[in-house]
Amino acid sequence: MIAVQAALEPLTILIAEDSAADRLLLSSIVRRQGHQVLTAANGAEAVEAFRQQRPQLVLMDAMMPVMDGFEAARQIKALAGETLVPIIFLTSLSESEALARCLEVGGDDFLAKPYNQVILAAKIKAMDRLRRLQETVLQQRDQIARHHDYLLNEQRVAKAVFDKVAHSGCLNAPNIRYLQSPYALFNGDLLLAAFTPAGDMHVLLGDFTGHGLPAAVGAMPLAEVFYGMTAKGYGLAETLREMNAKLKRILPVDMFCCATLLSLSFQRQSVEVWNGGMPDGYLHSIASGERTPLKARHLPLGVLTPQTFDDRTEVFPMALGDRVFLLSDGVIDTCDVNDQLFGVERLQQVFAANRQPDALFEDIEQALRDFRGEARDDVSMVEISLLDPNLLSPPAPIYSDSGQSCPLDWSVSFEFRAATLKRFNPLPYLLQLLLEVHGLRTQSGALYSVLAELYSNALEHGVLGLDSSLKRDVAGFARYYQQRNARLEALEDGYVRVHLQVTPEGEGGCLVIRVEDSGKGFDVERVMARPVDPVRLSGRGVSLIRQLGRNAHWTDDGRSARVEFFWEALA
Amino acid sequence: MSVVSQVSPDGQKLTISVKGRFDFAKHQEFRESYESRDLAEVVIDLKEATYLDSSALGMLLLLRDHAGGDDSDIRVVNSSSDVRKILAISNFDKLFDIS
Repeated sequence: MIAVQAALEPLTILIAEDSAADRLLLSSIVRRQGHQVLTAANGAEAVEAFRQQRPQLVLMDAMMPVMDGFEAARQIKALAGETLVPIIFLTSLSESEALARCLEVGGDDFLAKPYNQVILAAKIKAMDRLRRLQETVLQQRDQIARHHDYLLNEQRVAKAVFDKVAHSGCLNAPNIRYLQSPYALFNGDLLLAAFTPAGDMHVLLGDFTGHGLPAAVGAMPLAEVFYGMTAKGYGLAETLREMNAKLKRILPVDMFCCATLLSLSFQRQSVEVWNGGMPDGYLHSIASGERTPLKARHLPLGVLTPQTFDDRTEVFPMALGDRVFLLSDGVIDTCDVNDQLFGVERLQQVFAANRQPDALFEDIEQALRDFRGEARDDVSMVEISLLDPNLLSPPAPIYSDSGQSCPLDWSVSFEFRAATLKRFNPLPYLLQLLLEVHGLRTQSGALYSVLAELYSNALEHGVLGLDSSLKRDVAGFARYYQQRNARLEALEDGYVRVHLQVTPEGEGGCLVIRVEDSGKGFDVERVMARPVDPVRLSGRGVSLIRQLGRNAHWTDDGRSARVEFFWEALA
Repeated sequence: MSVVSQVSPDGQKLTISVKGRFDFAKHQEFRESYESRDLAEVVIDLKEATYLDSSALGMLLLLRDHAGGDDSDIRVVNSSSDVRKILAISNFDKLFDIS
């Protein structure tokens, strides 16, 4: 008994009772139980006493002059707000309707007169327990609300920082349409796009395991690698290897990133694809209406060691207006009420029913709503179309150096041999070197395109001996790239030499690029006599070089190519 | 129990069966089913697994790491067609023997 009393904190209890004798009796009982007592002789006094002194519990007579207990209870409950102030009605009423009314107006319990001390003490204790429970719940609720606010704020800040990084790319280019929930980052979804120096477009749609901040953490280094390497002119294979190695190094074992990486070449009219663990993307040919799936051929990024990582890509031809559609697993993994997945078949039904290509996203969203009743918040979709490159305007790169140390009279020669040709892409290094020359920076796009074409001609047609006429049709196109991979894999000797020579000329200057290879060469006159045909899949390289560079010509039976670039005085 | 583990009489083979949705909610249970054991040979039985999400794939990678990474011997058996599709998209057949 002592222990119980010690556990019970003394309360301030308001006694509202119009009979002075009853009030006195009750007060002394309650005081003896260790509580402080306030008294009121009617309902109005009770409300006033509550307003001023905020007792923790009220014993309320039902029948009182001026204001009865029912009205007083209503008002006290209103004043108490969220805090639980238990009201126990004291009543000689015995009909059940009147007793029920005590509870209806907000009373928590009732006690029949005459008072039984033991029962009164027990009821006060029980009500105090309830009161404290409510107090704890409210405190915890407020705490959760505070934490939630912190969390939302942290997410907002993280998102703002990330948006600066992610949106440094070209997601707003006219050939990209995308749909992402504003907090997709915190569902692990990531969408990046950027132009290469040659004006190709790299796009990454990624999906990290898990949700919340853990899923968002890996996005930052991935975006940095993507933008850094794309801007420097690295190809998909090198970028993928670097992204995989970085994620493997920094992520815990159970975290990885499913991703599809694309390189869309407007000049060559083709798309290069690597898909690791994402749902099939689709290449939509507008002319035939056909949709070629871009299947996941690889494990996600961050799973395999750099030694076992597979960077092989697939290349598909595209025509102007053709579209590549990518989506996250939020679309096909949407479940209905019976745990049935939306699935690929339903997605393909939406494709089949789609009449307006521009309304595809809306059609898919509608289908998801019809299927589930509500949309998931981790649905990401992106569609990239092959536009006329003249309609796109890659942003001019920004350089931070002053130009005081610009090199103007030099030459350099490289020889890249078989073992290097297999794995190494020298173009980013060559481009970086050339862009030290300020006069060349305004032509960096053309310069990179020409270098890239010269190098791939020397490697593919020269060293590897691939026949470009293979690329005449779609099937041949795929065969060409299969052969390219196979021959490169088996390559044992051969070389590509690159000579660069920069000389000042008046206020401007001149760059001469010469590229030689160890191949069999080609019939220069026949190739040069061919008309420039923008629709043909093959042989585009040579006409591009002739359009973008000056005085392009081939010697040594096509084994040596020479192109010049000029620049005038800088403003 | 939605994750049940069983060791073969010779102590060489650990079989882990997962029931229902194989997702993050099973993280603890799944980890506990193998953590304290030496893993020579592991079989993951997904006969009663209805669904598998990316965190389940992560859990499989953790198990693989624990069992010796590239030297591990892990078979995933009895996967339903839905589950197998998910494993196929992720190309996990390159890491696990899936049937």
